[in-house]
Amino acid sequence: MPINMKRFPVRLNLRDGMVDMTHGSGGRAMAQLIEELFVKHLDNELLRQANDQAAFDVPAGRMVMSTDGHVISPLFFPGGDIGSLSVHGTINDVAMAGARPLYLSAGFILEEGFALSDLEKIIVSMSEAATNAGVPVVTGDTKVVEKGKGDGVFITTTGVGIVPDGVNISGNRAEPGDVILVSGTMGDHGVAIMSSRENLEFETTIQSDSAALHTLIADMVAAVPDIHCLRDPTRGGLATTLNELAQQSAVGMKLYETMIPVNSAVSAACELLGLDPLYVANEGKLICICKQQDSEKLLNVMQAHPLGQQSAIVGEVIEDDNGFVQMETSFGGSRVVDWLAGEQLPRIC
Amino acid sequence: MIKYVDEFRRHDLAQLLSAAIKKESDPQRQYNLMEFCGGHTHAIFRYGVQDLMPENVKFVHGPGCPVCVLPIGRIDNAIQLTQKNNVILCTYGDLMRVPASGRKSLLKVKAEGADVRMVYSTQDALKIARNNPDKEVVFFAIGFETTTPPTAVAIKQAKKEGLKNFSVFCNHVLTPAAIQNILESPEVREMSSVVIDGFFGPSHVSSIIGSQPYEFFSEEFQKPVVIAGFEPLDVMQSALMLIRQINNGRHEVENEYTRVVSREGNQKAQTLVAEVMELRRNFEWRGLGMVPYSALQIKQSYAEFDAEKRFDVPQIHASDIKGCECPRILRGVKKPTDCKLFGTVCTPENPMGSCMVSSEGACAAYWSYGRFRQMESKPVEAKPAEMTPVELTPAQLKGTTECQ
Repeated sequence: MPINMKRFPVRLNLRDGMVDMTHGSGGRAMAQLIEELFVKHLDNELLRQANDQAAFDVPAGRMVMSTDGHVISPLFFPGGDIGSLSVHGTINDVAMAGARPLYLSAGFILEEGFALSDLEKIIVSMSEAATNAGVPVVTGDTKVVEKGKGDGVFITTTGVGIVPDGVNISGNRAEPGDVILVSGTMGDHGVAIMSSRENLEFETTIQSDSAALHTLIADMVAAVPDIHCLRDPTRGGLATTLNELAQQSAVGMKLYETMIPVNSAVSAACELLGLDPLYVANEGKLICICKQQDSEKLLNVMQAHPLGQQSAIVGEVIEDDNGFVQMETSFGGSRVVDWLAGEQLPRIC
Repeated sequence: MIKYVDEFRRHDLAQLLSAAIKKESDPQRQYNLMEFCGGHTHAIFRYGVQDLMPENVKFVHGPGCPVCVLPIGRIDNAIQLTQKNNVILCTYGDLMRVPASGRKSLLKVKAEGADVRMVYSTQDALKIARNNPDKEVVFFAIGFETTTPPTAVAIKQAKKEGLKNFSVFCNHVLTPAAIQNILESPEVREMSSVVIDGFFGPSHVSSIIGSQPYEFFSEEFQKPVVIAGFEPLDVMQSALMLIRQINNGRHEVENEYTRVVSREGNQKAQTLVAEVMELRRNFEWRGLGMVPYSALQIKQSYAEFDAEKRFDVPQIHASDIKGCECPRILRGVKKPTDCKLFGTVCTPENPMGSCMVSSEGACAAYWSYGRFRQMESKPVEAKPAEMTPVELTPAQLKGTTECQ
């Protein structure tokens, strides 16, 4: 949208300007920030209407809604930044119901003194992520907190989507005999973040896997509408997410360590840092649980999609009143794969 | 970045070793093998090594977990340091969640506003000191002989750079002194609830101190020692070596971890430590009590970097939480499952005792990796061996290694 020079005679200083308290005051400075940054880059018809809400028609059927706060540190990391992450994260949460994501909202909490140039980079990145995903940001909110009360920028995004008829994907549907699949290598995001942490810098070629998975899921649902569970193994990684599903479905699980794809650079970094890749976060991977007879078909569909080329079957659902996730180790023994205890690495997303 | 790790975790070799152990072990007797180090405990559970052992070969877990043997009073001291004006306390992550007196922990005081930072190395702490010249940066140093040289390096570096705001709260402890203390303690001999047939010697500790210090121990107490690497194949190979010694009635120090450990150890590191640190007359260990000459303190010539000299650090004798069996578990007198708190109010999410905090702690390993077994093994009744039955409280022995 063309910038209205009359309303704001002096343009925002995007080179070395900073966020100040007036940008959250509701006054002219805030209006300018919204117009020259947010609306300019995230531009779409609904946002342009400049209402406090976005109004749109929805197709009949079941809707899903999900929200996700993003507080990642550092804001820029190999393979992404908080902007793209905040779009991918919520699209994925919506899509894990088998839904087609329709719209996003975004709430920004900015810290006084945050560089406008960095903010612009983040908004541009959000815009690219939203455009590539075909899911526009249609409404938003901006607040500013005093210096020292935030950490640059926090972004909360909310998404809505529509579930196709006949799809009923839920964490409580895993049944003994079902097969567990993952859509690629585990732990890339967490290791990429760690490699760029201020006090932990190490050189690695690993990039965050941050990606929107809704097109992959659309292919999967089209091939096998009766997928039982889908979930993205973000914080706490594969191990913790499988424990959540085991608890929700009141079943046990059995994994085979040799079948779990892990990038060798991720294994190496985890070895050095004393971490287990099964507990390291992902932002562009999913776990799928389906009937045994559907698993081969799903695996083929997943591997045919650019975001699922390294998909693999990694285990099966078993009967277990204790709800344990067990693993046959590559060494030939077995052990429990427990919930993540404590905090492996704070502010990973 | 890291090569040749998978080679030490090969399934096919594990199967071969498993078969060899089965073949060579005498089904008529019991083999109780104690690993000193939490590092070994962790490997045994994480890779499921017990599954590859015959029924009559059991691992007995020892107290070689640096976080587990640190007495509560020292954590209380660290917490007090954080309450002083202007202090940034730097610590390894494991220590953050160790319960201190009054239901406090470093994690909790951090949430209350104390400046506690998790670091991965002494170098990170130095960096924080350089970047915060107006703050007092204290590094909470713990560990066995393995982590001592980096602390010594940091102190020397601080001196060289003229860093005025860096100091070390030194809690480094020593393996051999503590082992000896345990073995000589009449209390230990009388308790002798478990007979131990052989020991896995520490791997990383031995890389610094060498294999020589264990010679006295194997000779005096007539128990075989095999210095073992931390990879699961190392553990299995070492188990086989121990079984062979036991079968032949030998009690020698053997070295499975030859790719790293020599008889003399790393003399450069030893010299470095000796330059900066000296023996402490007495130091309290959780589970073992006061052990003479079992820890290090910073030498007078480096006193300006000694947090205990720079700040007021009182001696605190704090008692464990009621019902917590950590001290007895560390001495091998009890198993994690013998503790009433285990898995009821004490879990990794809400640890009551230190053994549930560190992944090298016996309780955490049982809970996180092994509880589906329902703790199959009762404390093993060893078949009386032909050689002198040496009664050691297993865990006590192993409390002495640092395996970070």
